Formats: sequence, structure tokens, C-alpha cells
Amino acid sequence: MSATKVQLGFELNGERVDVAFASHKTLLEVLREDLGLTGTKHGCELGECGTCTVLLDQVPVLSCLVLGQACAGRRVETVEGMADNARLHPLQDAFAELGAAQCGYCTPAFLLAAAALLREHPAPSRALIQEALAGNLCRCTGYLKIYEAVELAARRMRGEPASPARETLYGS
Amino acid sequence: MAADTLRVVGTATRKIDATAKVTGQTRFADDIALPRMLFARLLRSPHAHARIRRIDTSRAAARDGVKAVLVGRDLPIPFGILPVSQDEHALALDAVRFVGDPVAAVAATSEEAAAAALESIDVEYEPLTAITSPEDALATPAPRIHDYGPSGNVHKLIALDFGGVEEGFGSADVVREDVFFFAGNTHLPMEQHAAVASWSADGKLVLWSSTQTPHYVHRALAKVLELEPARIRVIATPNGGAFGGKSDPFGHEIVVAKLAMETGRPVKITLTREEVFYCHRGRHPTLMWIRTGVKRDGTITALDFKSLLDGGAYGSYGVASTYYTGALQTVTYVVPRYRFRGARMFTNKPPCGPKRGHGTPQPRFALEVHLDKIAEQLNIDPAELRLRQLVPAGSVTVNHLRIGSMGLGECIRKVVQGSGWATKFRKLPLGRGVGLACSSYITGAGLPIYWNDMPHSGVQLKCDRGGGVTVFCGSTEIGQGSDSVLAIIAAEVLGIDPFDVAVVAGDTDLTPVDLGSYSSRVTLMTGNACVAAAERARAIIARHVASQLAIPEDRVTFARSRVFDAADPSTTMTFAEAVQLAEAREGTVGTVGSYTPPRNPSRYRGSGVGPSPAYSYSAAVAEVTVEPDTGIVRVPHIWVAHDVGRSINAAAVMGQIEGSVYMGLGEALMEEMTYRENRGMVHKAPSLLEYKSPTTLEMCDVTSYIVEHPDPNGPFGAKEVGQGPLLPVMPAVANAVYDAVGVRIDEVPITPEKVLKALRRKQKGEAPRFGPAGFPAVDWPDATRVPPPELDG
Repeated sequence: MSATKVQLGFELNGERVDVAFASHKTLLEVLREDLGLTGTKHGCELGECGTCTVLLDQVPVLSCLVLGQACAGRRVETVEGMADNARLHPLQDAFAELGAAQCGYCTPAFLLAAAALLREHPAPSRALIQEALAGNLCRCTGYLKIYEAVELAARRMRGEPASPARETLYGS
Repeated sequence: MAADTLRVVGTATRKIDATAKVTGQTRFADDIALPRMLFARLLRSPHAHARIRRIDTSRAAARDGVKAVLVGRDLPIPFGILPVSQDEHALALDAVRFVGDPVAAVAATSEEAAAAALESIDVEYEPLTAITSPEDALATPAPRIHDYGPSGNVHKLIALDFGGVEEGFGSADVVREDVFFFAGNTHLPMEQHAAVASWSADGKLVLWSSTQTPHYVHRALAKVLELEPARIRVIATPNGGAFGGKSDPFGHEIVVAKLAMETGRPVKITLTREEVFYCHRGRHPTLMWIRTGVKRDGTITALDFKSLLDGGAYGSYGVASTYYTGALQTVTYVVPRYRFRGARMFTNKPPCGPKRGHGTPQPRFALEVHLDKIAEQLNIDPAELRLRQLVPAGSVTVNHLRIGSMGLGECIRKVVQGSGWATKFRKLPLGRGVGLACSSYITGAGLPIYWNDMPHSGVQLKCDRGGGVTVFCGSTEIGQGSDSVLAIIAAEVLGIDPFDVAVVAGDTDLTPVDLGSYSSRVTLMTGNACVAAAERARAIIARHVASQLAIPEDRVTFARSRVFDAADPSTTMTFAEAVQLAEAREGTVGTVGSYTPPRNPSRYRGSGVGPSPAYSYSAAVAEVTVEPDTGIVRVPHIWVAHDVGRSINAAAVMGQIEGSVYMGLGEALMEEMTYRENRGMVHKAPSLLEYKSPTTLEMCDVTSYIVEHPDPNGPFGAKEVGQGPLLPVMPAVANAVYDAVGVRIDEVPITPEKVLKALRRKQKGEAPRFGPAGFPAVDWPDATRVPPPELDG
């Protein structure tokens, strides 16, 4: 089947990309299939699980529901662009440190949703974190290590020296 | 090795694959793309039960982009995970048995082309009566869903009597009977199953798959495709969550392999979320009847248990699941006499199988709520009732299970103290309550799926002259941290950093067999194999270092990436230098290690399910609020203590405890597989939106206690943690609901509707309860009388 292709450009992780793709494709498909960035995952492709979350003009969106064509000239951020060269983003580092990534499949989406939250709210309450991440499902962690990782990263991003509480890693 | 000499084991270590996971670099099965790759899709049955009269694929095969089409007769050899139930075909051969049963497959140049071609496949069905429930299966022997099993639509019947249960009831002061129901639910891994197959002209097949059991997939491929196993390579990609849902060999794995063989091109399949619901293999819906005799002090004199399992359309692990509904009632509290009768029925629904806890959450829910009622009846605190009759460490149960370490008492005391139990139980205002429950789980099944004398786990270990170590093991990383367990254990034994260890896992060409990531077996079994291999490497290196440094071998110590004299640490060399020395003197330093569980102490038929090298223990207290007007149950906090034997990686143990509590909470409150019985058994909610699972807004706070009672069979004493902490959550919530509003919800999920119904009954002065009314008549065989272990030869 030869679908009509469109060609367009957008900013992807800080770099301008030009890509040609079948006109019906979603941003998720363009990223994974046409640009080879498989860090963005999918759990339903129906907009139900949040696993495909990326940032579009700094706002978390479900890339399975966004047409690739709608991204022309816009700014897209994926997990591949989070690290500062070889240095992990504080969120990535905290997720790794606390075991907030178990199977790792939902992790890119949680990282991006959390990054968007921390841009708006550098010191979010636990309730705000829960609300901001309520659209993302995780079946491994029970979310608790994710909250704690977001809080740990937030403290470090505010310049506070922070390390995890002993009971976070070893129990009470 | 004593705890105080451990350097890596027991600390909270970053997982060795954590960086790959937080940067999106982990390659899951669907992330694989190969040149000229085709895409496969499956046509699935719209009927719950039907004969296939005719399939015509000619229109589909002629479509643009379509490269191959398969139907059942192209893959006629049956398969299945258990040797006793080889009842599946990669594509339905002559009958379909549930809505979603795969019927035909297409490989095309794009997913869209493959999906469109499915609509051009013409299938003529002859609908048959659908069997909708186990009760229906008992009442409707024909049409049979399968032509095996004791009769009609009965798949399996079990009846075992340990020690003569009736005599035990004779010495009881109180005998109580209850009936419980546990709804079926599913694993819901975030990653949909995916597989990629590649076939080369020299007759070699490679399959990448999101599977927990590459070894069993290897065997199924060889059987169905009639290929030499030596020409098949199965690579388990990291699983994006599994929870038991990826531990059967699946038709789609065989289909992509066959399509690759036919087309000579790589073929990928990624299931849609809806299809993942049809793969299922999740929790068996189970009806349970329990009768217990107790003395006035609460000690159990006899326990009689019946389970009726809704197996769905195929065997899967079902025979084992059925035995598991009766195996572990005896390992927490002393049960001197015990009878178990279990029945599994075929129904026209997606097949049930092993989900986290495999066959144990259902009976544990029944037992722990039943004990809560007994405690109330006898006016004994539920914690005290349990503490009075704990199974002693090192004992053998009436059904011949050999207990090693046993830390349940400490677990109970931790959660009782931490939750403020004494100030809350029966003391909180109406609408708030606390409940307690306990459990235990196996650390690996004592027997393999298919009979053989070989090890369950093997490790090869190679020391590099640069100081790095590579561990090769067939285990499968499903997010639980199995790769890191191997790295930590090799690092502990060899005195190096876990990040100097590379792990090659889950590849049948490169790694020795490990049976798979199921039954909570991986840490103990691969861990022991890894200890054995690493100790052999250490012995080789130590011999040469001792002679080089002119010290006795038993003084050679490995720590901090150095090898030195324990009596004089300044007599030392680096680990890399030590490897170089050994390599110069006797060649490449490579060793192997393997692990086989202890011999099953018993011989009765059915004794293969239940024995384990070690048993973990857990206790939980749940605090709930219940809105009397709406029936809505909220769980603000759960306290959980888990006896893990020895924590290998504390951060990973915490992750498994919290994740188990989360999954248990979902099962307690909302998760359920539901079907439209009057509309052809169509799944009501095959989507992540409609199948309710806890989000951040429903998840409770958790206080976790890691309890360590090292088991002699575990590596450094380690026992399982991946499944056990889930088990007490559902009964703890149910018991807390009773404490809060005085109604018994004797089934899960505990939905607002059920709570409201029970509250209305209470208002009307009826029995304040929601749950099943009774247990149907089953034509049980005479129970096998198994003598107690002390009289057993």
C-alpha cells in the first residue's frame, strides 16, 4: 500500500528535523517508525494509558492521538532529548536511583510528564504530583517510587542537596 | 557468608539496566526493526464457540502487499505449556473456543495492509452452545470444548485427604463454614506482547519475543514447526511488564516464525491492547468453600477446602493452578488434618493461567477472611489468633511441604505495631476500619514444567583480563531486576563492583537454560547457580594468587576490586591483575554453576505442586474508609511486612513490595474480567480505559518492612519477594471493610455496588453480607488418603 507522504519540519529535542511520512501517521508512529526514536512507547494507541506521552510545545500530549502533520514547525521533546549530553536529567537520575523504573516501559512517559510539571511547579506537593501523573498508568511500581523520585529531582533542581530517606530504599 | 561480611548484597543498588531504561534505550520487542521486515496480523473469532466449516483466504492472498496467509491446517501440531494439556493450536484448527481465538494470519508489507487483508478472509462458522461459567460447564457436558479431561467440560478434578480430615473435626470445639468468590482479573502489562521472527536460507530461525519463558517457547517452536531445536534461537527481549501473562508459549510467536519461514523475510507482530486481553492467562475466577474446626483458643484441628475454577477455553497452566488453590493453606498456621478438593472447568472465555501469586491469592483470600470471622466468633484478636499457631521453622506440613526459615511472627508484629492496630481495631468510628491478613508464597516451583533430571538454572561466568566479569544466564528480565541480581551476586563473591559485571540473559544460543521468570524462582535459582560459578572462579584465581603472594589459599580475600592477604591487606594486587595471573597460568578463566532444587520429599499424585526450596512470608494491615451512602471504599494506607530471607538489593525488594501492594489493591477494589453472557460472551472491557486499574489517585500510601529470616536454601539466605506481598492485601481490605461498617464482602473485587447491597441487607436485619450463596455439587473422585509425613516411609 502506498499512502501519500507529506514532508515537514519541526524541532525535535532542540534540533530541526525534516521528515517525510505517510499522511495518516500519528506523531507516535512518525517518531518510532520514520525517525527511529523508539524511546517513546505505546500501551494502547487509543489515548487511554499515557505511555506515549511526549512534550509538544512544552505541554504533555498523547503522541498516539496527535497527527504527525499537526506538528509542523512545533517543538517536540522525547525521552531521548532529556539527558544533557552524557549527563542524565535529574529526573532520570532520581528514577534510576530509587528504582522508579522497573520494567521501564512506562518510564519515558512519566519522565516527560514530570518534567513538564517541574517546569511549572518547581516545588510540587505530593497531591499535585499525583494529579499531574494521573493520566499515566504504571503496573510495576505502584507509583510510590515515582512520586519520591520526582520529589528528589525537584529538590536537586532547586539546588538543594538531597538524598533519599533511608526508609525509601530500605523500608521502615 | 555472614551478614556482617557482605558488601554489596543487601544494599540498595541502582539496577545495572536502570540507565538504559530512563533514557529510553532498552530495546523491547516492538522496538526491533529489520530490513525488509513484514508485519503480521491475526484474524480472531467473533464466536465464543463454533466449528469452522470452511476458510477461504484467496481474496486476502491476492491483495496488494500481502506476502503470506496462514490458517490452522498450516500449523496442525498442538502445543501447550504443560505436557498434560497440549490443547492449543497456533491458529484454530477446526473449532474456535472463545471470542478472540486466532483463526488466520496475514503477513504484509505494512500493518495497515495486513489488517485490511484480514477483512478479505471468508470464514464459515457453525455456532455451538457456549459454556459461560463453571456451573454451566458442570450442568452442560455437551458440546465438549475439548475431548480430554475426566468428563464433559471438566478439565481436572483433584481430591486429597491429608491425615483424615473428619477425625480432626471430631476434636473441634467450633466448626465454621464459609463460601467465597474471587473474580478473574488480568495482568495488564503496559507492553503489548510482540515478537519478531527471522529465517535464514541455511535453515536457522531466530525469534525475539516479549516472553518470560524463552526455554519453553524454544520447545514449542521445535515441536510445532518440526525444526531441530539446535536450529532455533529464542531471544527474550526485556519484558515491559509481564506478571505471568507472558509465560505461556503463544500462537502468535509460532505464527510469525512460520510466516518468516514461508516468506524468507523477517516478520513482526505486535498485539493490540484488545488482543492482549484475549491472550489473558490471568487469574482464574474461583469459587471456594471452606470448613474449619478450631479449639476454643483458636487453634485449628482440621481444614476442609473446595475450589471450583473457571479455566476458560484452554489448559494453559491450569492443572498447576488448580493444585495451587489447595497447596499453600498449610504453610502459615499449623493445620494437623487437611482435605483439598479442586475442580477446573473449561468455559468459552479467554484462557486463564498464572498471574502473580498463581492460584494462591484466591484460597488465601478465603482463608484469611474466614479466620477473621473465626477470631470474632471466639472473641480473640485476629493477630493473636494467628500468632498462636504459626508453622515452626524447619517443620514439615501435613501435606508434606518442607518449611525452611519462617518469619511470619515478626511480620505480624511489625504491621500490628506500625499501624497502631491496638488503638484502631474495633475502635475506629463508623466508616473507618482496619483489617489484618497474612500469607506465604513459594520461592520457585520444586519441579520443572516437563519431567527431566537437569538443573533448573545454569550460569556461565567469564573473567576478563581487564577485570570485568560476564555472567551468561537464561533468565529473563521482566522489570523485577533479575539481571542486577546476577551482577550483585557475582560482584559479592568476587569482591568487585556490580557495574563491572556484564549480564547476557535470556538467549537460547548464548546462555545456559534457566526455566524462566515464573513462580518467583529466579533470585533463588539463578542466584545459587551464579554463586556456584563465581565461587569456582574465585577458587581458581585464589589458588594462583596464593602461590604468587606465598600465602595460604584460605587467607586470599576478594574485596573492593582487589585480592589480598586477609592477615596483611598490604600484600595485594588488583582483581584484574589476579585474573591476568590466573589466565597466564591456566588459560581463560571461565566457570559454570547450576542449581537443582532439593528432591521432592513426597511421592503422592499431585505432590509436585507446592514443594519449594523456601517459603516467603507476609503480613499486612489495611486501613479503609467506607462511605455508607455510596458504598465507595477508599484505602488510605497499607502496612506490609515481608520476610524475604535476605534482601539482595534493598531498592528492588522495596519496589516488589510496593508493586505487589498496588496490584493487590487493584484486585481488591476494581479489577475484573467481565463478559456479556447473553451477547455471545463478548468481553465487556478489553481496553485500558474500561478495565479499571488503580491510577495515582487510587493508590494508597504504603509502609513497608523488610524482614530477614535467611533460608538455608537461598543465595545468602534470599527468598522471593515478587509475588508474596500481593497475597495479604485483598483479605486485609475485606477484613477492614467489615471493621469499618460491619458488613462482610466475601468476594473480590469489593465494588461499591456490593458494599451497598450488604449495607441494605444489614439495615433490613438480614445477614450483613455479600457473597456467593453456596458451592455446587461436584462429582468428586474418592480422596487419595495421604498419610502424615511422620508415617510416610
